[in-house]
Amino acid sequence: MSGRNDIDALIDLMARLPGLGPRSARRAVLHLIRKRALLLTPLSDLMQTVAATARECLNCGNVGTGDICEICSNDARANGLLCVVEDVADLWAMERSGTFKGRYHVLGGTLSALDSIGPDELRIPKLIDRVTSEEITEVILALNATVDGQTTAHYIADQLEGRVALSSLAQGVPIGGELDYLDDGTISAALTARKRL
Amino acid sequence: MQNGVNSAAMEWRDTGILLSVKRHGETSAILDVFTKDHGRHAGVLRGASSRKIAAALQPGSDLDVSWRARLEDHIGSYTIEPVKTRAGMAMANRLTLAGLNSVMAILAFALPERESQLRLYNDTVLLLDLLDHADVWPLAYLKWELALLEELGFGLDLSECAATGRNDELIYVSPKSGRAVSRHGAGEWADRMLPLPPVLAGKGHAPDDEILLALKTTGHFLENKLAPALGSKPLPSARAAFIDRYHRHCGTLPQSDAKPE
Repeated sequence: MSGRNDIDALIDLMARLPGLGPRSARRAVLHLIRKRALLLTPLSDLMQTVAATARECLNCGNVGTGDICEICSNDARANGLLCVVEDVADLWAMERSGTFKGRYHVLGGTLSALDSIGPDELRIPKLIDRVTSEEITEVILALNATVDGQTTAHYIADQLEGRVALSSLAQGVPIGGELDYLDDGTISAALTARKRL
Repeated sequence: MQNGVNSAAMEWRDTGILLSVKRHGETSAILDVFTKDHGRHAGVLRGASSRKIAAALQPGSDLDVSWRARLEDHIGSYTIEPVKTRAGMAMANRLTLAGLNSVMAILAFALPERESQLRLYNDTVLLLDLLDHADVWPLAYLKWELALLEELGFGLDLSECAATGRNDELIYVSPKSGRAVSRHGAGEWADRMLPLPPVLAGKGHAPDDEILLALKTTGHFLENKLAPALGSKPLPSARAAFIDRYHRHCGTLPQSDAKPE
């Protein structure tokens, strides 16, 4: 009976994961049990390893298995470019694109008047230190196109203005986007940032 | 059926300004909306993580909202139809973005829930519609703060001197009563008075330095009259951040190193 309780507890835990509910958690657990050697055991071993080793990079805030992440310890990426993102998920999204070859700085959130999140709750002081200590030539503010994201970008720009070149991601029509389905703010931003062909 | 309300089913439809969005579970959110007929009203929106409505779920957007609940005191659920997004307009300019943050934070701070504030709602819509006119926005914002104070019971009376009853040389506002005071009427208390620049009384051509002075006066009443009446909560720091931004915009030194929250 206790075995069944463990399985129920596992289902309950799995159901807390993003994208899973009780039904899908039950299916996932059943699948893992059926594929014990192929999935369950290696997954369990890896989870224990990651639980013991995963930590935030002391330099940029990325998640890795050492004190300094792979990106920060790679000298080839010390090209003077620093991309500021809100969250580790944003860093991973940028890495998926394979376009950016510099280093990152994860803020850990955005300034928010309503949630009482100020600059000291984020990794902004560390960002300012890094701009000097790592000889950064350009800071790219890759923050979300939301009110909080842009408020944060403007605040950082104020702190770094005159010390380093600053840029932000363009805003406009996404690839595959149809004008008819875009909101007026996006169309307006796209029109303002139009480029000559 | 009154004001779009179906009392039996606890259901109504209205238009409103989105003040804030708080995530609720994986795909839902709690919307705080300043509605035209029902005042500031919260409700749960399912499917709020959809990218299709992401732009509409930014503060300052106009929404057509339908609210439904089983009982009146339940938080209830919203269905929404975007009417107008304004975040894009505000984000193009640092000053108006800081202003939008201030307006949303002050409304969320000061408005009672579920009480209609029609005049203030209309004033807020007018203000937000000027977000793409950064040159006139600070003046519009000042007028809006005056209207907010008036609507919430702390309006300024700038028609005549509180001490002498005269209406010439009105250059101060009493920090206690919110009434105008003339140069003569202030006498030895002049250094304790708040400034009353012409722009505050709706006169002159509203230069930036006058608007900043006037915001100092309205700020005093927000902080020392309105906030204590709401349980001594501190005034949202977004307002100080906006004033700081306005000082930078004007090239004047801010009075404090306000940090946004």
